Amino acid sequence: MTARIGVVTFPGSLDDRDTQRAIRVAGAEPVALWHKDKDLKQVDAVVLPGGFSYGDYLRAGAISRFSPVMESVIEQARAGLPVLGICNGFQILTEAHLLPGGMLGNDHLHFICRDQKLRVENADTAWTSDYEQGQEIHIPLKNMDGRYVADRYTLDKLEAEGLVAFRYLAHGEADDGYGNPNGSLNDIAGITNEAGNVVGLMPHPEHAVEPLIGTGRTDGLPFFTSILKKLVNA
Amino acid sequence: MARVVVDVMLKPEILDPQGQAVQRALPRLGFEGISDVRQGKRFELEVEGPVDEATLARIHDLAESFLANTVIENFTVRVEEAAEAVK
Repeated sequence: MTARIGVVTFPGSLDDRDTQRAIRVAGAEPVALWHKDKDLKQVDAVVLPGGFSYGDYLRAGAISRFSPVMESVIEQARAGLPVLGICNGFQILTEAHLLPGGMLGNDHLHFICRDQKLRVENADTAWTSDYEQGQEIHIPLKNMDGRYVADRYTLDKLEAEGLVAFRYLAHGEADDGYGNPNGSLNDIAGITNEAGNVVGLMPHPEHAVEPLIGTGRTDGLPFFTSILKKLVNA
Repeated sequence: MARVVVDVMLKPEILDPQGQAVQRALPRLGFEGISDVRQGKRFELEVEGPVDEATLARIHDLAESFLANTVIENFTVRVEEAAEAVK
């Protein structure tokens, strides 16, 4: 008996298949979920994958947030269902107010695609427990609207309560994966809610689960082994 | 038919790189004296029937929940009288 982890496909999702594959590589069972279907098929956790759902029209994630599947995801996430939002999925989570703050266009106004170094700032969430606190990881990043913003009060709260889950390693050569790639405040790459069941980040762990692809390391795999262990041991 | 206009702007404290890029282009066009540009969105809603208080209240809710993300944006709602006059 293994864990069943749902992956939602929206119109314009790009990374749903890679995410399903990452779940399988970790040893869990991926379950395809459809944006028009409220039924979460009794999955144990949900991943909202990357892409450009609904063309990012209006704002990234703004239209997806009102899709039928999200009604169930929002309701169950509030009740404790583990939910991970990657890239566009992170944008959807902020639009759904499951995570605080918002996502805006990169400060340099360009799409960015590169391997990015991050530090794990909170290894105590449902999706990060297989990392060491403070561990530095190297995974792909690709986005247009990756700039995390929030008001001062929210930023202070995130910092004070340890809710920043991942931070860009800002100092170092861009060629080596360092630097804040999009102007995110406080170099924030990802955050968690207070309960630790909802996590969102811009970079892509699902593209770095096997040595042959991504950054040539498996630095993204612990996302999926973390949640598997949590669910199996629950 | 009446038109209701919803203007959405990033909150003043949030960096607007698009507006900055526009502002930086102005001197090249020989346009001096503009110290700041901020770029926003304008929605024009063509309303069937009269725009009464209830309709405006519904549009306000729509703007607050969907057209704007009030975490990062401010919005205003107004009825555009001119659209009526032209017809």
